[in-house]
Amino acid sequence: MTDTPRQTPSRRQFLAGAAVATGAAATGKLVHAQVAGPDPKITELQPWMQYLGDGVDAKPYGFPSKHEANVVRRTVPWLTADAVSSINFTPLHELEGIITPNGLCFERHHSGVADIPWADHRLMINGLVDNPMVFTMDDLMRFPRENRTYFLECAANTGMEWRGAQLNGVQFTHGMIHNVVYTGVPLRLLLQEAGVRTTGTWLLAEGADASGMTRSIPMEKALDDCLVATHMNGERLRAEQGYPVRLVVPGWEGNMWVKWLRRIEVGDMAWHHREETSKYTDLLANGVARRFTWEMDAKSVITNPSPQAPITHGPGPTVLSGVAWSGRGTIPRVDVTIDGGITWHQARMSGPSLDKSMHRFYYEFDWDGRPLLLQSRAHDSTGYVQPTKDQLRVVRGFNSIYHNNSIQTWAVNEAGEAENVEIG
Amino acid sequence: MSKSVEMMKKLALCSALVVVGAGHALAETPAPARDGGFGLGRTALPEEIAAWDIDIRPDGLGLPVGSGDVYTGEELYIDNCAACHGDFGEAVGRWPVLAGGRGTLDGEDPHKTIGSYWPYLSTVWDYVHRAMPYGGAQSLSNDDVYAITAYLMYLNDMVDDDFELSNENFLEVAMPNEAAFLMDDRATTELTAFAAEPCMENCRDSVAITARATVLSVTPETEGAAATPAAVVETATAPAPAAAPEPVASAGPDPELVAAGEALFRQCASCHQIGDGANNRTGPMLNNTFGAPVGSHDGFRYSPAFVAARDAGMVWDEASLTAFLQDPRGTIAGNRMAFRGLRSPEEAAAMIAYLRATGGEAP
Repeated sequence: MTDTPRQTPSRRQFLAGAAVATGAAATGKLVHAQVAGPDPKITELQPWMQYLGDGVDAKPYGFPSKHEANVVRRTVPWLTADAVSSINFTPLHELEGIITPNGLCFERHHSGVADIPWADHRLMINGLVDNPMVFTMDDLMRFPRENRTYFLECAANTGMEWRGAQLNGVQFTHGMIHNVVYTGVPLRLLLQEAGVRTTGTWLLAEGADASGMTRSIPMEKALDDCLVATHMNGERLRAEQGYPVRLVVPGWEGNMWVKWLRRIEVGDMAWHHREETSKYTDLLANGVARRFTWEMDAKSVITNPSPQAPITHGPGPTVLSGVAWSGRGTIPRVDVTIDGGITWHQARMSGPSLDKSMHRFYYEFDWDGRPLLLQSRAHDSTGYVQPTKDQLRVVRGFNSIYHNNSIQTWAVNEAGEAENVEIG
Repeated sequence: MSKSVEMMKKLALCSALVVVGAGHALAETPAPARDGGFGLGRTALPEEIAAWDIDIRPDGLGLPVGSGDVYTGEELYIDNCAACHGDFGEAVGRWPVLAGGRGTLDGEDPHKTIGSYWPYLSTVWDYVHRAMPYGGAQSLSNDDVYAITAYLMYLNDMVDDDFELSNENFLEVAMPNEAAFLMDDRATTELTAFAAEPCMENCRDSVAITARATVLSVTPETEGAAATPAAVVETATAPAPAAAPEPVASAGPDPELVAAGEALFRQCASCHQIGDGANNRTGPMLNNTFGAPVGSHDGFRYSPAFVAARDAGMVWDEASLTAFLQDPRGTIAGNRMAFRGLRSPEEAAAMIAYLRATGGEAP
């Protein structure tokens, strides 16, 4: 490794060098880096080439390579009073594609992780129904089920950035999101089983954890696309994601995706419980607060480079990568700027483009080694364009905490180090 | 021969499926309903619904019969709530502030409390009943919840000190900030405004950085996040020599037990500190505890239950700690510690070893 040049010459230098040395530029051939001596990683026999590794079943449930030990969820201790009612963050800068591995999905608990055996869990449906029902988990597995890929974003994601550039890492500014494949029973099938009365216009979803998490959800959404999910990315839910069963409320704020779902009550008005009054309401500058701001606005962020993932290779070919999503549809287009918004370029979308799911974009460019101001701007399938932070502040003020979907800026210096900044 | 033909057929089939699948990724049949339902699950019994259907609505639906006054509420609040929310709802540390804040919502630094922000009193009753006290959810009686709610109204200058709240007068209460909420209006205030085709070239003359996160320095350290991937690879080359087993000192604590206790202490650390610089927080600091009388740290306001145990001569020793750590509420009934207890005598032994090794031993 030490023999490998850390600062490779830029592509432009390569071309110039090639032209002078061999005239090969005219033929379009590039001259690659040369080293003084052979790489011992090649010339010397490495232990993994000689000795036997672990057999099967060394880890009956596999883990990432031990060389990836940095790739973990992280918390910001000062944000909350203790670790039980708290949050941690998905390491977006370490991920590729659109799917979040189960062990890296951010956690948000209000009274810690409930530990519920599959066989001991019950789901009740009561209220304005013809037949109040109780289902076991095994009952739920006999209903027809669907597989859907959705992002789940906490309404408070990026909430620390309203007043200015605060947290220096995409994990902390944007990591209250994950995107997984859910397997679940459409909620409408369970509601049909209980027989919702015509007066039933709202429902209350309640968790079995010690916070008894509750949220009011309009019937229209419940009958549209909500799932009662038992699996994520092919395996049963992780405990911290609501094992054995959680509600999936596609495109809407994460707090509504009640984990450890134990009860659904059908009613004729909203309940106005704590998580939809005291919390998850958006205070505007005039002292009035918006309530029931369910949908997550279109948003994007560059994950690489970013403060936790600087450019380490020097000038030359550089891959800029990021993610985008919208609670109102798909992301057909993302624009990227590397000069703070003087010139924008359409990014290249890559991977599945699914409704209310995370999208991956790339922009490849030759870095000239000068400072950069990186931004991305998502367009969703409704025509909505991700606003700047200042545009949002004009409407929302500085104190609404939730639903900050503004354009993020990273400043990259000559050394390739990135920083969370605001520009004017 | 036939095997390879089979395989080629399979491969051909696979690639055909891939091509077809790619073209029809979104055309999917929804999970089918069945007329009359599936006949799965069973009817919920009235007593089961009664046990779980505890939610309260602003129109009073769900409110049980009961009552409680401000004086009773104050006592209950001091015992159950003040450790986190402060004696007057002002809050300890970053726990939620419950009182004050009127007139601040349109200012620079709004204080969103029950009195200044919450639109409905039913939310207070429902939340206290379903989720509080923290770590002891649903342990308060209906009358307790009425009393604590009455005291929270008193702390917010909504009622006098002789007020009693009950299911009879509950709906007469109007919260000061009820009118200051509106339905999500983004469809008219934002969605159309943020739908213009944006500029792509020569969009501005100049750019300047106006704020930097590194100036604040509030980001947690993410050690080795990207700086030195090379070092990780290097460590893979030579296996470390086996460490010689250290002789176990007969008198000292078992290091394995201490390490196990340290891991368990994470469950306690949100409320308790131990070691150099430890202070009383939500719970008392734990230095000089082992061998000392129960409830003897200066400056910590113990529950009446702890004071009574101290007055009765209870001392923290191996036996009393082993019992208390596994069943805090059963061992000292009525104490305020919101922890269900360790799971085994082994865990208790590890915790005691950790406490004694890190400053918990009384001189």
